[in-house]
Amino acid sequence: MKPAAFEYSAPSTLDEALSLLGDYGGDAKLLAGGQSLVPTMNFRLAQPAALIDLNGIDDLFFIREDGSGLRCGAMTRQRSVERSALVQRVAPLLHEAMPHIAHSQIRNRGTIGGSLAHADPAAELPALAVALDARMYVRSVTDARWVAARDFYVGLFTTAMLPEEMLVEVAFPTLPPGSGWGFDEVARQHGNYALCGAAAVVCLDSGGAVENARLVFLSVGEGPVEAKRAAELLVGERPTQTAIRAAADTAAMHDIDPVGDIHAGPAFRRHLSRVIAERVLSKAIKKATEAGRH
Amino acid sequence: MSTRQFGRPIKRNEDPRLLTGRALFTDDVQLAGMLHVAFLRSDLAHARIRSIDVEGASRSPGVVAVYTAADLGEFWQPGPLLVPPPPVEKLAFHERTQVPLAKDKVRHAGEAVAMVVAESRYIAEDALDDIFVDYEPLDAVTGLEAALREDAPLVHEDLGHNVSARVTQTKGSWTQAESEADLVVRRRFLYDRGTAAALENRGIVASWDEKSQRLTIWDTTQAPIAIRNGLAAMLGLSEHQVRVIAPFIGGGFGPKIMMFYPEEVLLAWAALQLGRPLKWIEDREENFYATTQERGQVHDAAIALKSDGTILGVKDQFLHDAGAYAPYGLTLPISSQCTLLGPYVVPSYHSEFSSVFTNKPIVTPYRGAGRQHGVFVMERLLDIAAKELDIDLVEIRRRNFIPPDRFPYSNEIIFQDFTPLVYDSGNYEPALERALELISYREFIGTEQPRREEAGERVGIAVVNYIEGTGIGPYEGAKVTVEASGKVTVATGVGTQGQGHYTSFAQVVAEQIGVEVSDVHVVTGDTDLFYWGAGTFASRGAVVAGNAMHAAAAKVRAKILKLAGEKLEAAAEDLELLEGRVQVKGVPQTSISLGRLAAEANPMRGSVQPGTEPGLEATEYFGPERGATASGVHAMILKVDPETFLLEIEKYVVVHDCGTVINPLILDGQIQGGVAQGIGNAFYEQLHFDDNGALLNASLMDYLLPTASDVPNILSDHFVTPSPLNPLGVKGAGEAGAIPVGALFAQALDNAFRDIGLEVREIPLSPNRLFELVSEIPARETA
Ligand SMILES: Cc1cc2nc3c(=O)[nH]c(=O)nc-3n(C[C@H](O)[C@H](O)[C@H](O)COP(=O)(O)OP(=O)(O)OC[C@H]3O[C@@H](n4cnc5c(N)ncnc54)[C@H](O)[C@@H]3O)c2cc1C
Repeated sequence: MKPAAFEYSAPSTLDEALSLLGDYGGDAKLLAGGQSLVPTMNFRLAQPAALIDLNGIDDLFFIREDGSGLRCGAMTRQRSVERSALVQRVAPLLHEAMPHIAHSQIRNRGTIGGSLAHADPAAELPALAVALDARMYVRSVTDARWVAARDFYVGLFTTAMLPEEMLVEVAFPTLPPGSGWGFDEVARQHGNYALCGAAAVVCLDSGGAVENARLVFLSVGEGPVEAKRAAELLVGERPTQTAIRAAADTAAMHDIDPVGDIHAGPAFRRHLSRVIAERVLSKAIKKATEAGRH
Repeated sequence: MSTRQFGRPIKRNEDPRLLTGRALFTDDVQLAGMLHVAFLRSDLAHARIRSIDVEGASRSPGVVAVYTAADLGEFWQPGPLLVPPPPVEKLAFHERTQVPLAKDKVRHAGEAVAMVVAESRYIAEDALDDIFVDYEPLDAVTGLEAALREDAPLVHEDLGHNVSARVTQTKGSWTQAESEADLVVRRRFLYDRGTAAALENRGIVASWDEKSQRLTIWDTTQAPIAIRNGLAAMLGLSEHQVRVIAPFIGGGFGPKIMMFYPEEVLLAWAALQLGRPLKWIEDREENFYATTQERGQVHDAAIALKSDGTILGVKDQFLHDAGAYAPYGLTLPISSQCTLLGPYVVPSYHSEFSSVFTNKPIVTPYRGAGRQHGVFVMERLLDIAAKELDIDLVEIRRRNFIPPDRFPYSNEIIFQDFTPLVYDSGNYEPALERALELISYREFIGTEQPRREEAGERVGIAVVNYIEGTGIGPYEGAKVTVEASGKVTVATGVGTQGQGHYTSFAQVVAEQIGVEVSDVHVVTGDTDLFYWGAGTFASRGAVVAGNAMHAAAAKVRAKILKLAGEKLEAAAEDLELLEGRVQVKGVPQTSISLGRLAAEANPMRGSVQPGTEPGLEATEYFGPERGATASGVHAMILKVDPETFLLEIEKYVVVHDCGTVINPLILDGQIQGGVAQGIGNAFYEQLHFDDNGALLNASLMDYLLPTASDVPNILSDHFVTPSPLNPLGVKGAGEAGAIPVGALFAQALDNAFRDIGLEVREIPLSPNRLFELVSEIPARETA
């Protein structure tokens, strides 16, 4: 369990990092918190020729508010996101879900950008990004572009980024008024990856009907899985318990196609998806209803 | 003596060192010029080795040597059979033991194929990638029943089948029991276990000193003396040329008494070849393949009873997974077979098993050592019978307990020490009553459970019993010395892996010599400091080594009194040992310190009486005529989330009887740790092998160990029926916590889901498995 030999560089600016990344042409890996990368290297599942350590690039550590919402630098530690009052105010769903990621020791080191870029289907942050309609700012030496979270995830541990590209920051838009949110997951033990989890964001119109709904699962597919049919069922409806249950059923039966692993077979994953979907939709709708009353 | 040291809840002497990182573990050993070893392990569970090309690896810079089986010559030998088959009639036994490096064929995933020695572990692991093994993959056999099929792939082709052993043991007549029974319950049970997952993986440092012609080995073994003797014989050295040190060890639990691990043999051999010290530290991934495990049994069992719940007999046929090699012979299945009978009068018993070779890592004892399997079968049979007979499940147990006036009680079945298991002493009913009281059994069933179920909760309660054969022979020894400083040293041969020996052994000695426990220095696990012994296993340290210490300390005490009597001109009966001094009873002015006495007992000039032994020192050995039988009751209240099938243990009670207690604090620690491993076994830990024999979860990310948030605080109480088989009256306690937990979970879950008739017949469980079991139950007609 020792990694294969690699070159190591520790740039102090973003431009330097991008140019190194370009030079290595896909043979290098960016090192963020190392909480996913280093274990894979120790198992020799990953044998990058070089590591480009981002921990010395101060510009990548930030949490800010701008006119349209929250912006986080890629190297912001998960623990900083969790503890930020700003995040709590501007992106409360993100705030509430953070403690579900691993253990505090790992969040002390793990970064928001590392998790979003790693695209583990069982990770919370990618699902949250899709649920919150986040946008990813991606750069290379020659290019800079914003990619919507739902277009960012293209498969198992795979994103829309090119080998020479790097995730620089992520932007979470402020939720429209009348919105509510919910997050929940089932893990076998505290701190473990979830067997199934989901984030929901629901916006009610002034009449109390569902104007917009997003339900995104983790751990039931190759990446974050948006339950579109369930959302369609809800839009335009009054969010009664029956409607919520019907949406949860649809989500579990038609929106996902979970595969089994040693911890949970497909049937149990579907069952849990239904349970969790109902929980998070109920929470989101309750919050949205409360918000609407103001 | 003013204060008794024995029986006090003294904090552990060793903890300050352990907790502040000042204790020596194997990986702390750093020697000049040390090389590092890595092993190439097979990815395939079953394959013929056509050829191995080590050319590239050998030429890599920093690589010192690469060895395969072919390089070992005469030294390549299968390991010894550690435990020969016991004297049971109608026994078939086929010995196949592990080899240092696979030759011709690999038989389980992770079997070592080549060994690389290099300047660093990094270089050694890099070189593994440059070794090319040409394998011819063979079909693997992983299932127990599959292994017995005519056309099954053969783990050991020369054997012609996959049977490692077949054993039948009987007493009374099952046929008669069956014909007289009002009820016969028949069920199939599966009981699987996992890996011990000690905090510290294995490790070995081997160093050959050319000038002193001595080999020193630091080894995470539970049996340093046996390792010394074996290595000396294998290497053609005198035992005095080999020193094995088992330093502090981060948990043993059984797998570290396996002998000889390939790495143990190979490092010693290569250290002699190369003349440089070598180190190998097992990593966590290797530990999942290269350290032995305990695994599954499939039982087809039946119990015959009278309508009042009286047991007439039990019949059991089971298969036991031995893995690819069986160095421990029949230890595990015999233990299952014998322990199944529990604290109950079972007039007739017919038990037969086949131990089966499979293409999976080696199976050897792990805390509980097969007892879990037997206890599970018996406790489940009783639960199911109670339900069918409409008798309370506590009551059915009570009716079948061995009554207190029937001890010593022979259950007539041969145990792992080759003699029929005779329960030396016990008193089961008061312990059961106490457990019921501590768990508030009647209140729970009567009011709390109905109230909470009304509110939509699922909660279950369970109470199970077990016995544990402990403290078996052959023997251990101890040498007690009073030094001129007045401090006392006690040396013994057993290794120590966190059990608190530095304190409990010190208490046994301090009690006799009249010194503070902190003034007794315990030396264990260094073959240069104590020559004879067997090892730490089968919950025997306190019983066997403890009593040897007691005897040695008593002898030293007599020497002290004799010498002090001469010096103080008093009769021995008139003297007392107190706080490191000897004095005439009640007359402190007359005292002499132990240190001075020790110095006087070792005169440097002058003459002594013929026949005088120098020093205040004695060595004694203790070998019990047979093992002592501990017993216990576990009880639990378990809450199940009906939607997610996650569990929460709300209350956990252990009432335990291990005879005289040396240190209640250490005992509670042993129980707590055992229960934690039991909980892991019941609901978290499972080794998932696929049909090709690949282990799918060889990491702690997917092999779930219970964590602090999964293990409850345990409420424990102790009853003491001293063992008549040893002077201290102690019985073993090391494994007790782990044994009945599977049976307890099963009963609690049945209870929580009794409305739909859940009947758990397997361990381990998981939320997923529980969901499946509940989903499989056909919905009942609504009345
Ligand atoms: C025991 C344990 C439990 C865990 N449990 C969970 C859990 O429950 N939920 C969960 O979500 N995660 C879990 N994790 C993973 C943890 O959250 C990681 O921190 C996270 O997945 C990766 O973040 P990192 O900063 O450590 O990234 P790294 O490990 O450094 O990098 C991960 C990958 O992303 C790439 N990368 C990093 N930064 C960038 C960037 N800016 N641009 C492009 N590519 C980049 C790296 O090259 C690498 O391929 C767990 C980890 C451990 C060790």
